[in-house]
Amino acid sequence: MSLDIASKVLDLVKAASPAAEAEVLVGGGELALTRFANSFIHQNVADASTAVRLRLHVDGRTAAGSATISGDSTTVDGEALGRLVERTVVAAGLAPPDPQWPGLAPAAEAPAVPPVDEATAHADPAERAARVRDFVAAAGGLETAGYCSTARVATAFANSAGMSASWVSALASIDGIARSGRNDGVARLASARLADLDGGRLGGRAAAKARALDDARELPPGRYEVVLEPTAVVDLLGNLAVWGFNGKALNEGRSFMELGAAQFDPSLSIVDDPFDPLGLGMAVDAEGTPKRRLAFVDAGVSAAVAHDRRSGAQSGAPSTGHALPGGAAFGAVPLALHLLPAEGPDASEVDGPGGRDQGGLGPMADSSVAALVSQVGRGLLVSDFWYTRVLDPRTLVMTGLTRNGVWLIEDGVIKAPVQNFRFTQSYPQALAPGAVLGIGTRSIGLPGDWEVMAYRAPALRLASWNFTGNPSG
Amino acid sequence: VTEFDAASAAVQAALDAGASYADARVMVRRAESMDARNGEIEELSQDEDAGIGVRALVGSGWGFFAVPDLSDAAARRAGARAAAIAAASATVPGPNAARVPAPAVSGSWASQCLVDPLAVPLSEKGDLLVNVTAAMKAAGADHAEGSYNIWDTRKWFVSSEGHRIDQHIRECGAGIAATVIGDGETQRRSYPSYRGQFGTRGWETVTELDLAAHAGRIAEEARALLTAPQCPAGTTTLILGSEQMALQIHESVGHAIELDRILGWEAAFAGTSWLDLAQLGSLRYGSELMNITIDPTIPGALGSFGFDDEGTPAAPRDAVRNGVWVGVLAGRDSAAVAGLDYGGSVRSDGWARLPMVRMTNVGLEPGPHTLDEMIAATDDGIYMDLNRSWSIDDRRLNFQFGCEIGWEIKNGKRGRMLRNPTYTGIGPQFWRSMDMLSSEVVAWGTPNCGKGQPGQVGHTGHPAAAARFTNVRVGVTG
Repeated sequence: MSLDIASKVLDLVKAASPAAEAEVLVGGGELALTRFANSFIHQNVADASTAVRLRLHVDGRTAAGSATISGDSTTVDGEALGRLVERTVVAAGLAPPDPQWPGLAPAAEAPAVPPVDEATAHADPAERAARVRDFVAAAGGLETAGYCSTARVATAFANSAGMSASWVSALASIDGIARSGRNDGVARLASARLADLDGGRLGGRAAAKARALDDARELPPGRYEVVLEPTAVVDLLGNLAVWGFNGKALNEGRSFMELGAAQFDPSLSIVDDPFDPLGLGMAVDAEGTPKRRLAFVDAGVSAAVAHDRRSGAQSGAPSTGHALPGGAAFGAVPLALHLLPAEGPDASEVDGPGGRDQGGLGPMADSSVAALVSQVGRGLLVSDFWYTRVLDPRTLVMTGLTRNGVWLIEDGVIKAPVQNFRFTQSYPQALAPGAVLGIGTRSIGLPGDWEVMAYRAPALRLASWNFTGNPSG
Repeated sequence: VTEFDAASAAVQAALDAGASYADARVMVRRAESMDARNGEIEELSQDEDAGIGVRALVGSGWGFFAVPDLSDAAARRAGARAAAIAAASATVPGPNAARVPAPAVSGSWASQCLVDPLAVPLSEKGDLLVNVTAAMKAAGADHAEGSYNIWDTRKWFVSSEGHRIDQHIRECGAGIAATVIGDGETQRRSYPSYRGQFGTRGWETVTELDLAAHAGRIAEEARALLTAPQCPAGTTTLILGSEQMALQIHESVGHAIELDRILGWEAAFAGTSWLDLAQLGSLRYGSELMNITIDPTIPGALGSFGFDDEGTPAAPRDAVRNGVWVGVLAGRDSAAVAGLDYGGSVRSDGWARLPMVRMTNVGLEPGPHTLDEMIAATDDGIYMDLNRSWSIDDRRLNFQFGCEIGWEIKNGKRGRMLRNPTYTGIGPQFWRSMDMLSSEVVAWGTPNCGKGQPGQVGHTGHPAAAARFTNVRVGVTG
């Protein structure tokens, strides 16, 4: 259906500007999010929409435009499509020259994405509310907050060079906290299957963490060995993706990446996997370049950066299929990163489908985290990071805070809860050769903050993390 | 079907489906942006979206549904869907969803606009960015960037209490930045601020910036920063320029006084607030010089409007008076929970998003000094300006901010340039140490305030002036 709309737009472009190179991206679907706070649903939203984005290159000049539309391929508002084409053609005629135009993606076979889980794609408000109710109930009287979301996304791409693709994806997420006084415990999970998300189990885990934070004490800032739970590791992935793995940033000397160099610990591999059956599948990027599984870090070696057609052409490399809509100025970013877990028993098998005795794990997310904690002489267990911002993109020194639980580890066991820290830390340095002391055996899907996306990560044991402040300043 | 008709149909459908209250916003937004780098255009985009968002209350549960279709049938379906979602909310119920009264208003409002920014020829706008980025490149920038953004938004609001309001808000702004690459580091200088200056005005906002006049200077300053001494670590007297003060206000006051955060409604994501409603009217937030207002009526400021997205007329209000916390940013429902009698600060990022408590224009009233007087009165300190990085905890207490540039101050004079300046502190301790405040207020605009799930981007204004703070920790490095 979306592909029909994309074809209609190409036809309109051909009629209005026969020589134009054109690409059309149609994205539609329904995003629904049930949000709770103070243990009740306070915001419950859904929207159903379709947006068309058109990019044109005519006579050496480039312009893009987008519009929301109503209707399907047979009832679509043809006038709205016509207006989009007309104003984009006019804009391309008036825009300054674009000598760096890299041309359209050539026709190619689009890869298949995993089949969509229909139950997730068509989940109703009652199903989301039921998971919220389970999360709240499992917290055992602690106040809770968070959300349960489901999304169905239908995407189509077509260009005037003959490339086309269409696919449907779905994703479900639960992200919630339980609150014991001012102490919050977190549980978070994303999956292509809503059925994978057990509100009760996640609520129980969040509550166990919150209760284990009572009487948290302040520790002095300084360098500590750390075990980062997956909910914290995903922040490293996000910032590596934006600042480090961005091919345009590397072209311009703003990224630390040196392709072929052993910049990371040899135990570390990070791949972009758009075909992960538990993630949000993607067939092609915003320029129509087919997606593929790509290692950015391969056994510690910096193996690739993300390119769109423009940044790829500037560096003499092909596009890696990571173009974002309207992303020419910022550059290409991978959206399906997976930090590969260590080999070993998956914690979900060890802990069983209902989770191991949650009291036995204390504040630890699962037995995979517990295995890493057991190896630490003295260090900190960190649940989550918050408000991380880059001080210098070249060094990728970040500042941010811990959130949702920190505990002191001594002699391999959780000793005491600790109040939150501020840190100022270079992420590449934290992952440098010799700095990664252990990787968890369980990798979980985690929702992104702003987009319909999910990264996957296991826990990490790192030799040193630079905490530069605590609640006293 | 007019926009008011569609909104009215949606509201009626929600009521018919069992809602005790409903409102609907039709919004049509045209946006245009252009990015240039090193004398060439990288991105030009013109975007339009239009749709209707309906909010319904069933029992104590709220529901919201939105579609990009303004037909009568689609509007009615949206109203019914909003009510059905609200019914699902009521299965995990909270306290009664009361709202403070808002008189039913029929009205119109439009922001001031001397030069329609969408009517300025693309060629003229493109030439401006091409020329200023080429000038920065020629003056030594490794990467010279320039951009502008324009938003033209029309809204039609109808509620089941009788509101019927339309607004036309035009916003625009621009900025330039020069980045240089050193040995394992980058340095950046921007003008007039980190991502530009924005307001609810026309293209005159951009013309008045005179970007070309500053292109060479910021490129040269960025280059000079590569060899400037590192900002020393320690505790010192700190003077912040007005642009950085806008960020300081936004992060450590504006978000902290959002009533939804104070009530715990944002606890799992944006966070809560260190403020306790029991101390409203008595808590010392800062020094006597600290007077912060919430004022969506400031002509041309980015957070200005005629009515918020619940139909409450814009009105100024004190947030901090003589250093004492006295007011919050509120909506009708959050105000009712808190026992307050005012809303007025609820907005949505387009038709597809739920209206929520957002900053309007939150800023400082002028002080009695000037920047030059502050520098002259400082024996030993650092002057920093233009934000480069920002981070603050989820209760809005512990912050660490980095600036693009600093200068040491010795014996009342501005001295050497300093690179990588950062400062950190705890909100109320910091604000209580403010001992000098400039009268030179600029109403800075911030077009990228993130909040909510699904994420919403808010446009906020921050009147701010340079200020001096004592005993501040500076020079934190990784």
